[in-house]
Amino acid sequence: MLDLEARALLRVPAKARRGEIVEIRTMVSHPMETGHRTGPDGRLVPRDIIREMVCTYDGQTVFRAELFPAVSANPYLTFDLVATRSGDVSFRWTDERGRSMTRSARIEVE
Amino acid sequence: MSSGARGRARAGLVATLAWTAVSAPGAGDIPPQDRRSGIEFTTPAVQAMQRDDMSNPAMLAVLDGEALWDRPAGRANKACRDCHDNADRSMRGVAARYPAFDTASGRPIDLQGRIQACQTRHQRADAFALESSPLLALVSHVALQSRGLPVAPPDDPRLAPHLANGQALWMQRMGQLNFSCSQCHDTHWGARLGPALIPQGHPVGYPIYRIEWQTMGSLQRRFRNCMSGTRAEPYAWGSPEFVDLELYLTHRARGMAMETPGVRP
Repeated sequence: MLDLEARALLRVPAKARRGEIVEIRTMVSHPMETGHRTGPDGRLVPRDIIREMVCTYDGQTVFRAELFPAVSANPYLTFDLVATRSGDVSFRWTDERGRSMTRSARIEVE
Repeated sequence: MSSGARGRARAGLVATLAWTAVSAPGAGDIPPQDRRSGIEFTTPAVQAMQRDDMSNPAMLAVLDGEALWDRPAGRANKACRDCHDNADRSMRGVAARYPAFDTASGRPIDLQGRIQACQTRHQRADAFALESSPLLALVSHVALQSRGLPVAPPDDPRLAPHLANGQALWMQRMGQLNFSCSQCHDTHWGARLGPALIPQGHPVGYPIYRIEWQTMGSLQRRFRNCMSGTRAEPYAWGSPEFVDLELYLTHRARGMAMETPGVRP
C-alpha cells in the first residue's frame, strides 16, 4: 500500500428537495487482501480488509455494511437515501485492526 | 489462378509494398477507420465504470498522484509542482507524446521512466520502483491531463531505429505457443480467446485499472501478461524491448483519443 492516507470518492448531491430519494455512491481505496493469497516468496499475505462501513445522516445511522474477504479491492457501495433535512452525510470505514477513516459531505434540503 | 485473381493478388502485393515503403508504421494491418479502443471490446458494465469518474477505481490512483505531485522529496526538497506548477496546464498533452527521445540516455524513454529520471536528476531522490503504486499514481495523474487528446507520438528521426525494433518485436513469434503480438491483435481482433474478445491493442488508456488485477498496472504489465500467455519469458521491467514496443504501439495508435485512466476486465 501507499504510505498515503486512503482515498475516497463520494457522490452525495449538494442539494435535494425534501422527501426526494437521492443516490449515494462511495468508493474507498483499499487492497482488501483476502489472506488466502501467497506473495512472491510463497508465504501467505496477511489478511487486511475493511470490516465495516457506517453512514450517518445528521447524526443518525442510515446505512451499515459488514465487509468480508470476498469483497473486491476498493469497495464500492451505493444506496438510496430519503432527503428529510439538511445535514452532514458522514461515512466511516473501519479495518480489522480498528483503524478508521471518516469522510463527510453536506446535503442541503430545500 | 484466373487473371482476375492474379490481378487482385498483384494489387495486394503492390499495396503491401507501398505500405512497407511508407512504413512510418501507421496502423499496422488495421486500416485507420477500423481502429477501435480496447474499451469497445468490453461489456457495458465495464464501459460505464470507466466513463464515470465516481465509479472508476483508477481515479483513486489519480487522487494519490495529485497528492504526490505536491509533496516535496529528495535532497533538493522539491515537489513536482515547484518546477511544473499545476499539472492540468503543464502536463496537458504530455502523456500523448510519450515515449519520447531522452538525450541523457540516448534512447526512447516512457512516462514512468521520465518521472523516475526527474526524481533522480531534479529531486535528487530515490526514484519510485517501476510498477510501484506511487509511480503508477503519478503517471495516472499526469496522463489524465491528456484525456480526450489525440495520441501524438513525436516525429523524431532519432527514434526511427527504436520504432523499427518495436515493430519487429510486435511481429516476432515467441514463446512455446509461437505467437506474435500481431497474429492476435492485427489479424484476429474481434475474435475470441476463450471467453474474452481479442482487442486491437491500442495503448490509449494506460495506466489502467484491471479488474482481474484489482489494482493499477502499466502497459508493460499488460505486455508481460500476453507474453506469459504465449509462454514466452517476459522482458524485464523497463527493458529497452518494452519501451520500443510502447513506442511502436503509440505510432500505431496515432490520432486515437487518449482515455486514461482506463478500466479493463
